[in-house]
Amino acid sequence: MRIKLAIFGLGLILLSNFSNAQTSVQGKSKQMLNGKKVYDMYCQACHQADGNGVPRLNPPLAGTVYVTGSKTRLIDIVLNGLTDPIEINGEEYNNPMAAHSFLTDQQIADVLTYIRNSFGNKAGAVSVAEVKKQRAKK
Amino acid sequence: MQKIKLVVAMLMLLNVAAAQPKLQVAIQLPTGFTSKVVANDLGRVRHIAVNSNGDLYMKLDRLVNGKGIYRLRDNNGDGVMEDTLAFGNYTGTGIGINNGYLYATSDQTIYRYKFDANQNIVNLDQPEIVVDGLMNKRQHASKSITFDKVGNLYVNIGAPSNVCQEQDRQKGSPGLTPCPILENAGGIWQFNTSKTNQTLSDGIRYATGMRNALGIDWNNEVNDLFVTIHGRDMLYQYFPEMYNQKRGAELPSETFYRVKKGDDCGWPYIHWDHFQNKKILNPEYGGDGKKEGAPNAISPLVGFPGHMAPNALLIYSGNQFPAKYKNGAFIAFHGSWNRTPEPQEGFYVVFVPMKNGLPTGKWEVFADGFSGMSPVTNLSAAKHRPTGLAQGEDGSLYVSDDKAGYVWKISYNK
Repeated sequence: MRIKLAIFGLGLILLSNFSNAQTSVQGKSKQMLNGKKVYDMYCQACHQADGNGVPRLNPPLAGTVYVTGSKTRLIDIVLNGLTDPIEINGEEYNNPMAAHSFLTDQQIADVLTYIRNSFGNKAGAVSVAEVKKQRAKK
Repeated sequence: MQKIKLVVAMLMLLNVAAAQPKLQVAIQLPTGFTSKVVANDLGRVRHIAVNSNGDLYMKLDRLVNGKGIYRLRDNNGDGVMEDTLAFGNYTGTGIGINNGYLYATSDQTIYRYKFDANQNIVNLDQPEIVVDGLMNKRQHASKSITFDKVGNLYVNIGAPSNVCQEQDRQKGSPGLTPCPILENAGGIWQFNTSKTNQTLSDGIRYATGMRNALGIDWNNEVNDLFVTIHGRDMLYQYFPEMYNQKRGAELPSETFYRVKKGDDCGWPYIHWDHFQNKKILNPEYGGDGKKEGAPNAISPLVGFPGHMAPNALLIYSGNQFPAKYKNGAFIAFHGSWNRTPEPQEGFYVVFVPMKNGLPTGKWEVFADGFSGMSPVTNLSAAKHRPTGLAQGEDGSLYVSDDKAGYVWKISYNK
């Protein structure tokens, strides 16, 4: 009996996970579409269409933990810009990035979700709530 | 079974070897010219210099085996520079040979090494410091150098800024008038080579209003300084209402100037527009794409298409090339990035015919094909990026590449 209950419970969990995943896939693809628009307008000039950046100047977004790792660090870079020396995969990059705090929470969540899942990257989506939380810390 | 595995493994190894041939692109040159790779795989080879005995010196912006300067020498005269010497534990761009010394720069210091009678360096590990403490805020920090004939050194101190806004590279941030950066950067400084351990205040600001004059050479025909300057970024991205995507890719011009003591080239207030042939006020300073500005600033000799990054300048004084090349200018264009999403442009060496310090005709592409593709859609795919130029004693032209660390020697065969 206990076992049956356990199986039933497990089934419920699986089911709810599945439906969560469904919504999140739909949400994510919308985020990806909107994120690309933000990317093309505000990011592409420096980070380039293929996300590989410019040697010595503008850091790549492809294949770096700065993008696929900590979301809070990534959100902070967009909100505050980045003027400190940065080394990625053994290379240094020297052009400063301006703060992009003028973007809305939604735009930042979208563009970060986009770059975390483009150029060969695969990482979790960034939510509006996560951006809002980081912005409040400023 | 074991045998088969071994054979398969060997075949795979062979395949890997076959799939990664040595990176080679075909450099296109005018009829009669040939090129030969004389150095390769040294990473970020920036500027280069050739000594009178044929030794090739390369300044690296990323250490290779812990060293930032490489010398290649042909010991047995067979045309192959088989002898490699590496020294200097700092990265940087500038290098040059003058009056018995090799000069090399980091982003803040100018060093020099003394040659003995056999053109070997006597102080490989203890270079003299000629000038120290030059501005190094990482952006536009490369210190390129040249020399006049009376013992002066000229160094580019690039502006650590795009266009001297209150907030650098922040869309909507206004430009600063006067631009405070110009006091100790954004120009060419002159230093006397008879002194060592100098700082900025020992030099004089020879010319100003230059964002980043990475290409710099002394023209011995007319005894004046000539420079190539990297123009500002982001006209389209910041001001789409004035500059559309195509216009923002073509503007502002990359520029080539003859510079006299005290000259001002107008940065950050104006950019050169080679369509209008005018000094156009930058929008951060109230410009609208048409208004002119900086009335006292000099105009360039040539305005090239935007963003191509003129990384090196060489006034040709050799006798090997046909007469039209004498006293003309070779300019190495690194290749653009700020044209995205338009195709990138540059990745070639240009020639400007000149006489008496003035262009005598239109500029032309001299050496092309370094990127290994056309068009270049993604900068990261370009195979090579021209960065440095040097002239050999025999009049050959050397071109360096800071993408894969190649150097080509270009010769003319009558």
